Amino acid sequence: MLYSPFITRPLTVDRIMRRVLYALLPGISLYVWYFGPAILMSIALAVTAALATEALMLKLRNRPVRPFLADYSALLTGVLIALSIPPLAPWWLPVVGTAFAIAVAKHLYGGLGSNPFNPAMIGYAVLIISFPQEMTQWLSPQGMGLSVLSYGDQLRYVFSGVLPAGMQLDALTMSTPLDTMKTQLHLGMTVSDIRDLPIYGRLAGKGSEMVAAGFALGGLYLLIARIIPWQLPLAFLGTLFALSGLFHLVDPAHYAPPLFHWFSGAAMIGAFFILTDPVTSPTTNKGRIVFGFGAGLLTFLIRAYGGFPDGVAFATILMNMCVPLIDAWTQPRIFGKKKGGER
Amino acid sequence: MTRLHRFFGGIHPPTHKSESTQSPIMTAPLPPQLFVPFRQHAGEAAKPVVQVGERVLKGQLIGEPVGMISSSIHAPTSGTITAIELQQIAHPSALPDLCATLVPDGKDEWGVRQTLSYRQLSSDELQKHLRRCGIVGLGGAVFPSDMKLNHPVVVDTLVINGAECEPYITCDDMLMRERAEGIVRGIEILRHALGTDTVLIGIEDNKPHAIAAMQRAVDESSHPFKVVAVPTLYPGGSAKHLIKVLTGVEVPSGKLPTDVGVQCFNVATAYAAHRAVEHGEPLVSRIVTVTGNVEQPRNYEALIGTPFSDLVALSVAKPDTNRYIMGGPMMGVELPAVNVPLVKASNCVIAASDALFPPPPAPMPCIRCTRCAQVCPVELQPQDLYWFAQSHNFGKAQEFDLFDCIECGACAYVCPSSIPLVQYYRYAKSEIRARDLEKRAADLARERHEFRQFRIEREKQEKAERLAQKERAAAEAKAAAATAVVATQLNPNADADDTQQMRIDAALARAKAQAAAVTPKNTEALTPEQRTEIAAIEARRAKIHELAADAGADDEPPKNSQGN
Repeated sequence: MLYSPFITRPLTVDRIMRRVLYALLPGISLYVWYFGPAILMSIALAVTAALATEALMLKLRNRPVRPFLADYSALLTGVLIALSIPPLAPWWLPVVGTAFAIAVAKHLYGGLGSNPFNPAMIGYAVLIISFPQEMTQWLSPQGMGLSVLSYGDQLRYVFSGVLPAGMQLDALTMSTPLDTMKTQLHLGMTVSDIRDLPIYGRLAGKGSEMVAAGFALGGLYLLIARIIPWQLPLAFLGTLFALSGLFHLVDPAHYAPPLFHWFSGAAMIGAFFILTDPVTSPTTNKGRIVFGFGAGLLTFLIRAYGGFPDGVAFATILMNMCVPLIDAWTQPRIFGKKKGGER
Repeated sequence: MTRLHRFFGGIHPPTHKSESTQSPIMTAPLPPQLFVPFRQHAGEAAKPVVQVGERVLKGQLIGEPVGMISSSIHAPTSGTITAIELQQIAHPSALPDLCATLVPDGKDEWGVRQTLSYRQLSSDELQKHLRRCGIVGLGGAVFPSDMKLNHPVVVDTLVINGAECEPYITCDDMLMRERAEGIVRGIEILRHALGTDTVLIGIEDNKPHAIAAMQRAVDESSHPFKVVAVPTLYPGGSAKHLIKVLTGVEVPSGKLPTDVGVQCFNVATAYAAHRAVEHGEPLVSRIVTVTGNVEQPRNYEALIGTPFSDLVALSVAKPDTNRYIMGGPMMGVELPAVNVPLVKASNCVIAASDALFPPPPAPMPCIRCTRCAQVCPVELQPQDLYWFAQSHNFGKAQEFDLFDCIECGACAYVCPSSIPLVQYYRYAKSEIRARDLEKRAADLARERHEFRQFRIEREKQEKAERLAQKERAAAEAKAAAATAVVATQLNPNADADDTQQMRIDAALARAKAQAAAVTPKNTEALTPEQRTEIAAIEARRAKIHELAADAGADDEPPKNSQGN
């Protein structure tokens, strides 16, 4: 015998995850356009590692493998990790990061729906702490580096670590626009001088600013399709904008402008694809605003004063810790009751 | 224009209403047999007042109300009562309930119909009449309408519910289209009984024909009622939500609409009140939608007690139909069998197939996406309640207002993990109720035990006192005998024998009376609930006797108080 309701909306978990993946496509396409196809190889590696680890963990936990592999959540974790590490990184870097994310950050906490921390960001944090060297070798945009790597050479390098004769890795890679900004500020340059460097474009880093715009475009689709709540990206980007804007107004020589913050690093992908992970973010609308605000604040603080060039990952993880508290403090009133449960 | 208000959440499921509104309401033919349950309303089941074999007329009272919250049951047509016994009814538990089986004589002959001129009647007299006529809320809750008119506070707004927000159901829609005048007359009767000034008739804006018909009827009646089109949004037909939309007032949690000066009746209830007062017809039929996987979806005016199978046969169920749902797809219940009878609460029966309502996929874990919270019209946090329910954390579930859940199913409808959320809430609620009952029973048992201890102590004391008195009396008598030596009594023993005999007679009489009291009487007239209760009491008695025998105690077992 079945029970009411007898009808359901056909939007299932796998469809939601699939739409999130579609929304990543503009960003990924622009990534390939500006930096070459190496990122596709990283994504393939990370996704394979994600699915393999997911299957293994499900087997070990005596859970059905097929429905969980088909929900696309592990796949999405893999893609997000691949997008947050340098595309020329050796093949084992995305594999190790993803395996750790799925095995430890997701399954050891109870699997889908039970993990307190964003698995992709845990994977990223493990990598940047354990392998800082490999994690900073970002490709220069096509035509920007001192030498150019052909598509075939990019793929060959990922697996063999061998560059074509006469080429140096340093000539192909550079530190990220955020990193450069931080280092040069330390060296006494002003923001406007730094932004005159050839790696910078109109808003932020050449190439990377377009990739960020691609993620923002996908994010807007998710907002319009009501796949993600608007409170999280708005509170996060708004806080980041307001804080960086305030500091930039007061001291423009030492603080980058707000749009620079928006279109650098993981701000856009974080706002729309990482903070919005439903499992690890608050469940109340008010809580989401608090969460987005906290993440924006921490991201700005880490970027401006912290030891790492970008702060989205650590801001996310720190805010993940606060979720139970935020939820408890922001319970909405219910129909027919006043705030605080009075009738 | 009435300014409309919004309630939080809600969903827009496909309505599927047009299928069953293509043809007018059809009067269902007289079925060969009717099964009329004695419990068709909220509260106590009615008590049968007819005998098996008795001929009854249409509208004749066959079950009278018991207690405050109860209602009357009438013969839906003329014929012979062939049985009063337990029958399967439209309840998902598939437990049987007491029903009268009526074989129609085909004459459909009305009994006495007492028409009233409501303007001359007080609210009290109207309430009595509605109770006599078995008028209950036809929106689904079947709460006795007389109780809803009987309120201690001032009610200034009467809300008439024509929202009909559930998909597939169109019985109110068709009733409003075809019998708007009767509804408006009924509304005026209810308004008169309540003594309200304002009347707001709320109809969802996906029923333009019904809105037009009602507006026309109101205009013709020249009553100052307002017909208001409200946005189509499930569950906008929930009384508390319709009141919020129409008046902006939120009925406080755990309170009644009358506490905020509003009372709410369904359009079909208003129509039934009109028939009862101005035609003297008790509630013996209702409009019911037959739709879903059938060849001819439409609405029928059917007699209460008509087996659903007869109605479905009229609409011709398609061959792949494999189950039937009473009510809508959001809150309806699957019928245990299709031959169970139509009751006052039955607004719709949907023939269902796996193609129409595919069985849900296996549930996935909750991903806390809160789509459920975004649609919950009570603004609960369904994902948290689910978590508490599945981890048996019932105290926490209660703390998070589980009992404010109206089980509308909006959460389960949107859940991307296909979790049967409403089932979890029903389960948690029933567990909590069961625990409360157990606790109350334990408290009662403790009280009884303490009272028994007290009684034994008291009896001991009394015995001791009596003994002491006797001894004193004997001592005094001895003293008297010693002082005045007279042989006045010829046979002192005879007197003692007489008293003894009297005592024995009295004891015998008592025992007889007790035996007579214990012998079950009129068992046929008992409701199944009473039966189960009696069985439980008997079982407890037997158990206590057993225990007493085991312990060799000579104490009488404590008396059980009868619940009814």
